[in-house]
Amino acid sequence: MSSLSGSGFLSIDWLLTLIAAWLLIGCAGLLAPRQLGFVGRTLYPLGALVGLALAAVAFGALGETAEVAVLPLGLPDLPFHLRLDSLSALFLLLLGGASAGISIYAAGYLRKGEGTAPGLQCLQYHLFLASMALVLLADDAYVYMVAWESMALSSFFLVTSDHRLPEIRRAGYLYLLIAHVGAIGILLSFGVLQSGGDLSISNGVADYTFAHMRAMPHDAFWASAAFGLALFGFGAKAGLLPLHIWLPEAHPAAPSPVSAMMSGVMLKTAIYGMLRVSFDLLHHPLWWWGVLVLALGLLTALFGAVFSAVQSDMKRLLAYSSIENIGLLFVGIGLTLTFQSFGMNALAVLALTAVLYHCLNHAAFKSLLFLCTGSVLHATRERSLGKLGGLIHRMPWVAWLALLGVIAAAGLPPLNGFVSEWLLLQAFLFTPSLPHAYINMLIPVAAAAVALTAALAGFVMVKFFGIVFLGQPREEKISQAHDAGWLERLGLVWLAALCVLLGLFPVYVIEKLDFVTRSLLGVGVYPAGNNTPHGWLLLAPISADRASYEPLVFLLMIGAVITATYLIVHRYWHGRARRSAAWDCGFPLQTARMQDTAEGFSQPLRQVFEPFYRQTRELPTAFDTAPRYRVVVEDHFWYWLYLPVARAAEFGARCVSFLQQGRISIYLLYSFLTLVALLFLVRG
Amino acid sequence: MSHYYGQFINLLAAILLLLSFAMLGQRRILSLINLFMAQGAVLCVSTATVAFVTGQSHLYWSALITLLLKVILLPWILHRLIRRLNVKWDIETLINIPTTMLIGIVLVIFSFNLALPISELAGTVTRATLGIAIAAVLLAFLMMITRSKAVPQVIGFLAMENGLFFAATSATYGMPMVVELGIALDVLVGMVILGVFFFQIRERFDSLDIRHLEQLKED
Repeated sequence: MSSLSGSGFLSIDWLLTLIAAWLLIGCAGLLAPRQLGFVGRTLYPLGALVGLALAAVAFGALGETAEVAVLPLGLPDLPFHLRLDSLSALFLLLLGGASAGISIYAAGYLRKGEGTAPGLQCLQYHLFLASMALVLLADDAYVYMVAWESMALSSFFLVTSDHRLPEIRRAGYLYLLIAHVGAIGILLSFGVLQSGGDLSISNGVADYTFAHMRAMPHDAFWASAAFGLALFGFGAKAGLLPLHIWLPEAHPAAPSPVSAMMSGVMLKTAIYGMLRVSFDLLHHPLWWWGVLVLALGLLTALFGAVFSAVQSDMKRLLAYSSIENIGLLFVGIGLTLTFQSFGMNALAVLALTAVLYHCLNHAAFKSLLFLCTGSVLHATRERSLGKLGGLIHRMPWVAWLALLGVIAAAGLPPLNGFVSEWLLLQAFLFTPSLPHAYINMLIPVAAAAVALTAALAGFVMVKFFGIVFLGQPREEKISQAHDAGWLERLGLVWLAALCVLLGLFPVYVIEKLDFVTRSLLGVGVYPAGNNTPHGWLLLAPISADRASYEPLVFLLMIGAVITATYLIVHRYWHGRARRSAAWDCGFPLQTARMQDTAEGFSQPLRQVFEPFYRQTRELPTAFDTAPRYRVVVEDHFWYWLYLPVARAAEFGARCVSFLQQGRISIYLLYSFLTLVALLFLVRG
Repeated sequence: MSHYYGQFINLLAAILLLLSFAMLGQRRILSLINLFMAQGAVLCVSTATVAFVTGQSHLYWSALITLLLKVILLPWILHRLIRRLNVKWDIETLINIPTTMLIGIVLVIFSFNLALPISELAGTVTRATLGIAIAAVLLAFLMMITRSKAVPQVIGFLAMENGLFFAATSATYGMPMVVELGIALDVLVGMVILGVFFFQIRERFDSLDIRHLEQLKED
């Protein structure tokens, strides 16, 4: 660590020490790979502590001047360059905060005989964490790609930890394939950024550091090429349409803490990369980049929401909901780019703040929800919504904490999801000031689509919570479900607390986010100098008379109304109520089969959005003695895009397969003829 | 004086080419190894001569490595190998020997044609031998293609490396020492791996005939 020789032990050195600690914890898992007590009760809580420390250090580094370090690792003449600036610090804060909750949950979640040995899984898990942290710290393309690939590989092994099941192997393969296709895009993008399209590298520097790329002037064509490649690569990791296909397969396949980690944190590393390339390495966005990202994000958001509405597997439902949230994030990035390209940085900053805020929010509530599904899964061994129900009586802790997560995910005040979606819509409201007629005409449609997406997300969350936790158990065995253990509760409470805090103190959060926006765009929501113009309670990003939001007051109002209603109902009304045998309204007895099912609940949406789906239905006849209804909803993209590509690849492979003769002499002859032909060519 | 040295190097180059043809036509594995050893010796002497004429002292080291590796160590390993594998007898070729020879002659003409413009540019005393070096590479390659047993193929591979080495000396007075050491190590490691491979092939198919490997192909 070269920075050690400088001014003492810097934040970045602390971070590197913590990353090393994660790696050490992972390796310690190999000492006793089968000892659940050691791995679960010692190593994972230690990992959670490291996560907390990482978050604390990153929090301290927000707004400080950037620190750099050079590690003497890597190839000769190509050491690892690392850099900690506000953007990295924010995402490290996200990583540390979310991983603290997830790790402590995982400590209680591990069971004997589930997939990979616990110690090995511990290594994969902590390697995954460490490589994500390294991605966020990387300051050259080389270390970035190394960390990026180790992140993909370690998460691949985590996804396939139950590799005995063929569908899990298939999901893992799909994930790995798309991760690698995306990595090619990122690699090429870095190549273009490095050379600026000049293949001769005439400037003589080939170190691939981000500092070099930042200083490099890019003309419009090559900047667009780099941006497009980055969008492709990071889009593949984030699950942007049409590269989303791996997400609903891989998330349900992974163990729940891993799904939480992937959805909550790993997808954000792609957002981080996108922000890093668009706003830090490239400087002058063209307006059509913004519109392209906006359109793709919008499609993704709508697609994710519409699909998550009809899922009947709770983890798939959440996975599609992640696609929707990623779409919203890309909408925000697109809006920021559009504003920035027209030089309207004061508005761009609003959209960018919404993006960063939503990253934090999504990390908190989606991890929380995935962990809740993990507890439900362990308690009932059931993932299908059609067989759950009534769990609020058996698992009150999980249910009430899930309710918090659901309110946040649905974007309802006073929790955190509302703040970022509100900020995003605020940013949309300012688009009429854009000096471009066509964009001005299209943007209202986009704003309406965002609003529709938010509404659909609300629907999805009602479905998720209502079907899983409310009503009566749909299966006999559900009644024996037990609540989560204390370690799991601790993790859930931590994440739920993050949701609440992020929701109640938006002014404070935005003040911190301003450090990041100032470093990327040069301005913040609030004027520099750390004075909030409207005080701590009132959030008014543009001006108080235009739009404002006071979450604490809102919370007090809700609390007051609920308390008053409760008191009125119990004190003044029920006190005089007469209890007697009811007329039953035609329901002499209620069974679980009378409840709305997951399919039934979403049936209206399936009708409305029919063109989106490829569905096959089996309807029972009226005279069926054991009627069964079955509906399978599939993705058009799979049939329209992926299968043709797969078939073309197979056809191409068959065309060249005659080259494979199985005889070494023939293979040698191929090289020989190539050699002679090449020699013949260079002769002239 | 240096004129005689030039002639001497040309003579050695001619011997090298002759040995290449001899290997192409040789059916017995034992003689093949001896021919390979002779080729190594010629290479060693020519490298040392070039080193003496030009005063490039690092070429002495190259010559020494060649001597140790290609004249002593590798033939010894090969001898041991065929004794343990018990395959010193005649080998059949995929194409008959006279046809192979004719193809070889075409290759030599092609190589000389190829080397002509390069040798005119090069300023080294050994420039005339570049064509022979390329021819040696191609002939060794041809030998690899036409043999059906594993051991002669490996000898072809090693002979190809000889040709490359000769090309490097004749065109630019040898490669940098690091590269040369690297290649020497590669050859040695390759030899060891292939040796292990021989035993695996024989254990699996009871023969060293690589035509059996065709069964590995997936339909």
